[in-house]
Amino acid sequence: MVGEEATSSVEAVFREERGRLLASLVHRFGDLDLAEEVASEAIEAALVHWPTDGVPTRPGAWLLTTARRRAVDRLRRDRVLATRLAVLQAEAERAGSAPPADADRDLPDDRLALFFTCAHPALPAQDRGALTLRFLAGLTTAEVARAFLVPPATMAQRLVRAKRKIREARIPFRVPGADELPERLPTVLQAVYSVFTEGYAASSGPDLQRTDLAEEAIRLARILRRLLPAEREVAGLLGLLLLIHARRAARTGPDGEVILLDDQDRGRWDHGMIDEGRGLVVVALTGRPPGPYGVQAAIAALHDEAPDVASTDWPQVVALYDVLLGLVPSPIVALNRAAAVAMRDGPDAGLALLDDLADDSRLNGYHLYPATRADLLRRLGRHDEAAAAYRQALTLVGTEPERAHLRRRLESVTTD
Amino acid sequence: MLYGDPPHREEPNVKYMLLFMSPTTTDGEIVDGCTFEDWIRYDREMKDAGIWVSGHPLQDLTTCTTVQVGASGERTITDGPFAETREVLGGYDIIDVPNLDVALDWAARGPGARGGGSVQVRPIAEIEVEV
Repeated sequence: MVGEEATSSVEAVFREERGRLLASLVHRFGDLDLAEEVASEAIEAALVHWPTDGVPTRPGAWLLTTARRRAVDRLRRDRVLATRLAVLQAEAERAGSAPPADADRDLPDDRLALFFTCAHPALPAQDRGALTLRFLAGLTTAEVARAFLVPPATMAQRLVRAKRKIREARIPFRVPGADELPERLPTVLQAVYSVFTEGYAASSGPDLQRTDLAEEAIRLARILRRLLPAEREVAGLLGLLLLIHARRAARTGPDGEVILLDDQDRGRWDHGMIDEGRGLVVVALTGRPPGPYGVQAAIAALHDEAPDVASTDWPQVVALYDVLLGLVPSPIVALNRAAAVAMRDGPDAGLALLDDLADDSRLNGYHLYPATRADLLRRLGRHDEAAAAYRQALTLVGTEPERAHLRRRLESVTTD
Repeated sequence: MLYGDPPHREEPNVKYMLLFMSPTTTDGEIVDGCTFEDWIRYDREMKDAGIWVSGHPLQDLTTCTTVQVGASGERTITDGPFAETREVLGGYDIIDVPNLDVALDWAARGPGARGGGSVQVRPIAEIEVEV
């Protein structure tokens, strides 16, 4: 039994400490591959020793020390690697300078620099979320592949290519200076947000691990919030994720079908999470002009605060979309704004704004454009036009639960 | 440096080639809006910083000649290439800096990064030959 306990505690420690362990190793040796390998070896060693010797009092420090020894051994054997990774520094490591540990944890926290490496703008946008999940959330390559719905071999190849670019182009492992931060922080936030939206792209039915993915994104955002407490957009991002995730229980029906915001049972929302999110919105909107995550969080908060759709503060929602459109001039923001205007001024007003967007090629193939139009036409009683728009949306929609939702709406306008 | 982080590892520098891609007219004339003085100033900044390894501006594409050698060793020599490219390589510099962030910073400071031009930043492949 002692053995079993130790095994599960090894996994728990590794899950929690893996990001810190990897970040510390990359910080010292400057190589993601080496860090991954020796981190795994340290875990294997823990699985051998801890069941018989007991779990050390500072498990994180034990893992780090073990991994560092393995790294130094490897550098001594591999001259090419050693040359590349500054063997002198490694030798100094071996002489035993202990890393500074923070007061309440037994590992130093080098993760912020790793966030900026994984989400570096020189890497393909689609790989930044994957790298962040792999190295900071501590997911295995197979788990990252499942998160992004690609075969494990494909994900492994993408990670290998990204790591090669980091190594060969020498993408640094460093926290950008204050002057660079406005340019560099958005890709880090975007990487975490992409993990979250990936979790929501198909969160229903048997895909329970997708909710886990949203929770991983929240965990990452919490880490970032601790590491960058002065950055209001980090507060905005965490707030946004919490305010959306608070609705998770009401988002799907008993058969996994999508339930849209309008029809959700608001009593099932997570009010503790909403309160935390609202507190973060205050942080995100206080002081200088807000950033896009802060504004989106504020919009989400207005929805979460309202007892029902009708009593939502739609004028305020529209005003915030105006601000957001100024910060992010995207047709998708304009589409959401049009839907909010329809709630404030009636479906005709929203429909007129949608017509203005009809020629925007960036909305080509985006199912929510015809779907939003269809809903407004339905509310106006223009059922034939609504049906045509629902059919168009059905040709574009990606996920099964959303398709089922559109089919139900299509039926509602064709059967009466 | 609000979130500054002192370097813990002394890593060898990397050499990067900065390729200055300039927008051109259909006649191949470079229209990047940079003056000769802009480039002289940039050149001096790199040398003063001690990072400059080598580099040259290139003559325009009307002076370019292309050579290809076929399977049986025959040479084909052609004039050009010409106008179908909207961006041409106008010059290059090789710099020796600690990492990509520093290289990108130097690339962005180059006059060729503005006015519709762009800079491609490529690490030099250091091939180690066993003696």
